Amino acid sequence: METASSINDTSEAPSQKKTASDNTNSTVKVNATGSVPMNETNIEYPDKTVGFPLVDDPKMSMRDVNVFYGDKQAIFDVNLDVGKNEVIALIGPSGCGKSTFLRSLNRMNDTIDTCRVNGEFHLEGDNIYDPRLDVVELRARVGMVFQKPNPFPKSIYDNVAYGPRLHGLANKRYELDQIVESSLRKAGLWDEVKDRLHQPGTGLSGGQQQRLCIARTIAVSPEVVLMDEPCSALDPIATAKIEQLIDELSSQYTIAIVTHSMQQAARVSHRTAYFHLGRLIEVNDTRKVFTAPDHRLTEAYITGRFG
Amino acid sequence: MSKTTETVRKTLARRYRAEKRFRAYGIASVSIGLLAVVLLFSDIISKGTSGFFETYVQLEVTYDSELLGINDPTDQEQLMFADFSAVIKQSLRQRFPDVEGRTEKRALYSLISNGASYSLRDHIKDNPHLIGTTATMWLLADDDVDVYSKANIATRSETARLSESQQAWISSLEQSGDIDRRFNASLFTHGDSREPELAGLWGAAVGSFFTMLVTVALAFPIGVAAAVYLEEFAPKNKITDFIEVNINNLAAVPSIIFGLLGLAVFIGFFGMPRSVPLVGGIVLTLMTLPTIIISARASIKSVPPSIREAALGLGASKMQVVLHHVLPLALPGMLTGAILGMAQALGETAPLLMIGMVAFIVDVPGGPVSPATVLPVQIYLWADSPETSFVALTSAAIMVLLGFLITMNTFAVILRKRLERRW
Repeated sequence: METASSINDTSEAPSQKKTASDNTNSTVKVNATGSVPMNETNIEYPDKTVGFPLVDDPKMSMRDVNVFYGDKQAIFDVNLDVGKNEVIALIGPSGCGKSTFLRSLNRMNDTIDTCRVNGEFHLEGDNIYDPRLDVVELRARVGMVFQKPNPFPKSIYDNVAYGPRLHGLANKRYELDQIVESSLRKAGLWDEVKDRLHQPGTGLSGGQQQRLCIARTIAVSPEVVLMDEPCSALDPIATAKIEQLIDELSSQYTIAIVTHSMQQAARVSHRTAYFHLGRLIEVNDTRKVFTAPDHRLTEAYITGRFG
Repeated sequence: MSKTTETVRKTLARRYRAEKRFRAYGIASVSIGLLAVVLLFSDIISKGTSGFFETYVQLEVTYDSELLGINDPTDQEQLMFADFSAVIKQSLRQRFPDVEGRTEKRALYSLISNGASYSLRDHIKDNPHLIGTTATMWLLADDDVDVYSKANIATRSETARLSESQQAWISSLEQSGDIDRRFNASLFTHGDSREPELAGLWGAAVGSFFTMLVTVALAFPIGVAAAVYLEEFAPKNKITDFIEVNINNLAAVPSIIFGLLGLAVFIGFFGMPRSVPLVGGIVLTLMTLPTIIISARASIKSVPPSIREAALGLGASKMQVVLHHVLPLALPGMLTGAILGMAQALGETAPLLMIGMVAFIVDVPGGPVSPATVLPVQIYLWADSPETSFVALTSAAIMVLLGFLITMNTFAVILRKRLERRW
């Protein structure tokens, strides 16, 4: 795993640099002249997240979120709402806590021994961290797609059918068949795999695997889908397909996506949240964040002065 | 030509020489290893092959009911006490009528194994109508005759443990074609015996089987459960670190210590019987547990965490993650480790000596609590026996044991290849 992630990191790096230089060329030249270069010492954190972190009638609402890994605090006092059927992008430099925040939304951080999560998390009024709330039920409602495509080493059919079987969503064979087909259709994979449903899912290409993972996630009909850099291991064509898919899925699901690619955030999301060193700096409509951000840290990031 | 190129060229030759030397060292090491294996195998096979064959003598046997002391051949009790050796002695006297004197006669009788009378009895038991008739029978020869007849004809009289007249009788039998070598079936059907020609491995093989059965039944579930708990559920703290260190320490404990432990705890404290496969299996379980736990943990570790996350993310419970994904993926590795552990246990001698499985046991064990010995201990016992015939038998037994071990290891390799999955 160590090596795999480091490979990902290196393969990501060039594309990011490209992003940065593109932005610099287009927008920043005016700003860059005369402005003080950003570094750790002269960053001013806002007391309160700028923009509009809260919405009316949210799907999920998080208040005063603090996350610790042992003694180290990873998230500081984050307040954020996720609206119904909206796609919210979480962006920010590496290590800013956006993945940690995302993983605390379906309690995936519970699996890390040293991780401690404080704060109020609500999913449609239900407290996510209520000891009485079953984490199994929560994860059926809040699905997750991971950075690296991780299909089970089983057949394509069994991959998609795993969740429904787990939760007993289908009693009959044909019901399960229906769920598998509709999930694969929604994930835009049906036409490519309908003739080989019983071949191993690991035999698909990277992009197909990731769409299979999305199909697997939506097979349990979650209310919210969390995506942790779903395209970082994929080539541009596969990425485009996934982005299109996210757009289609947003009519039925609420989606929170962590991404390193600012173009991706700009393309797929309705709102964008910018994290910096564990603090939520700014939340605004995506268009506003990428054209006229309210905070200079956000501006610095999207113009590529750090990342 | 630049300066760098020049400098590089100067060192190139040296680099290549070093590389060649390095390769030569490797080839030499491999050759030494191979040579040792070839020597070992050729020695064992050359000594052991003759152990798979036994010498038989053909005699005219008359089933004289008076000599046998039988009037009703269907009566089992009469058969049990019938004197078949008298019949054999009579046949020998008829074959060599000019043998005179007690000493000479006794020397003549000793050509045929004590076991021959039992095979005659079994023959009559199956064919009671033969009483009173005469038939040509192949009778098992004594082990000294066996060694003599298998030895090199030119030199055998120097090393023989037979008198000159015995040698003459054998030559006469050989000339008339009345000596033959047949497959040593008793090796695979009999238990141990003081008589090499009657001694067999079956008792030890069955003992090994029961011992391994107990070991597998205990070591695999305990080992896998321990590994799964330590890898997947146990919190990482000082206690689990301590346990981990001690499991590794346990793997390094000399096996005889486990035998002493078994003697003190299972036999001494719990009062379990001596020499039984149950205790042997428990002791070997203790010995193989660390191996199985370590290999099982390694194979659990090699299951990518992304698979666990995927299942957890779909709402699988921790136990479902383990049962649905981790165990099936780790199983080939676990099985391989277990089979290798079993192979190690199958070849283990020292701890079993401590718990009394070194006893001389003739009966084939009927279950895990009847006294038994195991293959490697049988080899040890035979290697210790003075009769020349046991040399060949020891090597034959080693070949059988090696056969089992190679089969198990091959099975482990095939299993790993079959079940191995890539992602």
